[in-house]
Order: sequence, then structure tokens, then C-alpha cells
Amino acid sequence: MSESFLGLTAEDWQAVWLSVRVSLAAVALSLPFGVAAGWVLARKSFPGKALAETLLNLPLVMPPVVTGLLLLYLLGKRGWIGSWLYHWFGLEIALTWRAAVLAVAVMGFPLMVRAIRLAFEGTDPRLYQAARSLGARPLDAFLTVSLPLARNGVIAGIVLSFARGLGEFGATLMFAGIRPETRMLAIEVYILNNQPGAAYEERMWRLVAASALLAFAALAASEHFARRGRRHASA
Amino acid sequence: MPLLEFSCQLQYPSGFRAEPAFVTEAPVTALFGPSGSGKTSILSMIAGLRRPDAGFIRLGARLLFDSRTGANLPPEKRRVGYVFQDHLLFPHLDVRGNLLYGWRRRARAARAVDFDKVVRVLELADLLKRLPQSLSGGQRQRVALGRGLLCGPELLLLDEPLSSVDDELKQRVLDYIRRVLEEWRVPTLYVTHNPAEARQMAGWVVRIDQGRVSAAGRPEQVLTEV
Repeated sequence: MSESFLGLTAEDWQAVWLSVRVSLAAVALSLPFGVAAGWVLARKSFPGKALAETLLNLPLVMPPVVTGLLLLYLLGKRGWIGSWLYHWFGLEIALTWRAAVLAVAVMGFPLMVRAIRLAFEGTDPRLYQAARSLGARPLDAFLTVSLPLARNGVIAGIVLSFARGLGEFGATLMFAGIRPETRMLAIEVYILNNQPGAAYEERMWRLVAASALLAFAALAASEHFARRGRRHASA
Repeated sequence: MPLLEFSCQLQYPSGFRAEPAFVTEAPVTALFGPSGSGKTSILSMIAGLRRPDAGFIRLGARLLFDSRTGANLPPEKRRVGYVFQDHLLFPHLDVRGNLLYGWRRRARAARAVDFDKVVRVLELADLLKRLPQSLSGGQRQRVALGRGLLCGPELLLLDEPLSSVDDELKQRVLDYIRRVLEEWRVPTLYVTHNPAEARQMAGWVVRIDQGRVSAAGRPEQVLTEV
């Protein structure tokens, strides 16, 4: 075995590191939308809210492969939106690293929104009103009162969707394909499992262990922040 | 010109219909009536946190709301210091942060109320670094009062300020409120269901019953039959 760190080789670390990077980028991309969606679902009622919620949660229950396929048809070079993006901006999404980020973002979005929404629902909307009455404009009151009060839920949502993204497989495979820049943990495990030979198998199990460990740590962190948020809200 | 003119209609989801209307020129006006008579709703409408179905609200020369012209100032532009019954102190800010929340959002030139003086009069110096959760009911009430005062209001709204204070401390909190009103002379609407409190604090009493004004006048006129 080549030189290793924590039992993982440089090649293993590459898969871990790529997963972390893609998942972080996906979280950064979806966070503003996640906060907005969580706030709107917690505070506003509007016609079609139930439908919006269902659409939002669809990636949670739909086969990831189907989600990836839909993304491919929407954003592929000949897709509805993809052809337009390619024509006007020369932007290619499908089958690139961007597709991996987008697929991971879409798959983690329901989890992120759920945690953020719960956090907003756990805070008293009248505190926002008090801030307005004291002279704060809507965005000011939101940023200085509502968001800080929901911060533990927002962090829980970030960690949860990040953890979900580390293990993304189906949607990424369909939308981004297997390429050097998409060989994240789960995809790497899948590839290794189809290779004959003890060396591949050994490597696969190392990655499996790394995935499990990362997922465990992320879940524990998200639970920690969610609990802190509940305690904060009830204080 | 009257200090405050209020005439609004509000339909509750329960079917209850409130149509309070009154005018006041007194420095301190008590809104007096049993609980559930719609006193707090009047404060919410004045503060812009609840939109009346129809009517108008005028504070001095400023029209805060008028359903006929569609005028409706947002809460942050009404310059009303609302001291909520349950205080609604910001749990993530310490006492200083709470006190300064409105003060910081006021234009520098318009900051008529001095922070140090508020801290002195309300005896808050030892509490500035504390979080609201660690305060007693009476302490919270003082912080809420200071916060409402420091936003530089043209009208102070006090909603049952003694409701969360232990009996033996009620008179002390009243003394604080009276000191504040004497010191800064901010016109005040004082909501209470207690006739003794109304008599003690207000120069004008508006009696609310089931969403309507049933009497208005000097305390001795309105409160005699209670």
C-alpha cells in the first residue's frame, strides 16, 4: 500500500476531498434559496402552497436516477433550459462538474429547507414585528432578529444537506456521468465494487468506512445544532 | 390639534366585530376595559402590526392609516414605542443590545432620548450584559420600557405593564413608569383592566367594552361606577 494518512491513500483522499468540495459548493449554491424557501413556507400562506411543498420534497422520494434524468433533459445541451444557456452563454452544465454540484444541491434541498423551516416556525413571529416597530425595515428585521434566532436550525440544515451530498450517487451519475471530476465517494465505491481483485476490494472498504464515518459525524453535528436550536427557542 | 385620533373597524375571524373610535389630547390616556374587549388590538393597529379593515389613525399631524386614501405607514415609519405585554425582548441580544436596537435605527439628529439617562432612571446599569432570559418580570418590564423609549417615539404604547410583575413590586414599576413619563413627557396610551391603575396614571380614560368605546372622560367621570 502506498503511504497513507488515517489509513487512506492519496487516491482515496482524492475521492473524499472531491465529495467534500462538490457538497460544499452545492450547499453554498442552495443556501440562499433554502433560507428563502424555509422562511416563506414557515410564515406565508398563499394559493398553491401545498403543491409547492410537494414539488420541493419530490427529490426526497423520487428515485434519484429519475431526478438526474429530469435534470439532464432540462439542462442538457439540448434540454429546455440547457439549450438556451448554451446558446446565449456558451454554458455547459450536463456531464461537467457543474452538473455534479447541481445534482447534489437538488437532492439535498428538501432536507435543508425542512430544517430551516422548522427553525423559523419555532421562533415567535412577534419578535420580528417588535423589530419592525422599533424602526427596522423588513430585510433589516429579518437579518438581525429572525435569522439569528433560527441560526441553529440553519446550521443543522447546512450540515444535513452537506452530509446528504457526500453520498449522492444516482442523480449525479445520470446528470454528470462518470468522469474524473465526478468520481466522488459513492461513485468510486460503485466502480471499485465492479473491479475484480483484492486491491480494489480493500480500497473499496476503506472508502466505505470513510463514508460511514463522515455521515456519522455530519449527522451528529446536525442533531447537536437542532437540539441547541430547540433549547434556544424554548428559553 | 388632538394628539391622537383613532377610528377603525376590525373584523375578527371569530365573527367578533370591533369598532373603537376616540380622540385624546391628554399626555397619558388609559385604555380601560375587561380582558378580551379589544384593547391590545387598538395598540397593534396604531403600531401598524395589524391592518384595520377600514377607518383612519392620525398621530399629531401625521396620518398613519386611512383606508379611504390607502395610506398605510409601515411600522418602522410610525415612530411609536410599543411596550408589549409579554415584552418580546430579543433573546439573542443582551440588555444593552435590546435597549439600543431602536436607538441605532433612529437618525442621529433625531435621537432625543439619551441612553445613559435611560439607564440611570430605570436603574439598568447592572443588567446591561445580562440576557433577557435571566431577568425577573419586573426587570424585563424596565428593559422593555427603556427599549421603547430609546427608539425616540412620538407615542408610547404600554400594554398592561404590571401583568407580569409580582404584587409586591407593582408599585415600584408604576413609580418607574411615572418617572419616565415625567422625565421625557412622551404622550402615552396606557392599557389596563385595573381601575386603580387607570386612575393613578392617566388624565383621560377611554373605556372599551366589547370592541366599542362605551365612555370617555376624566378618570373621576369614567371610573366612578366601577
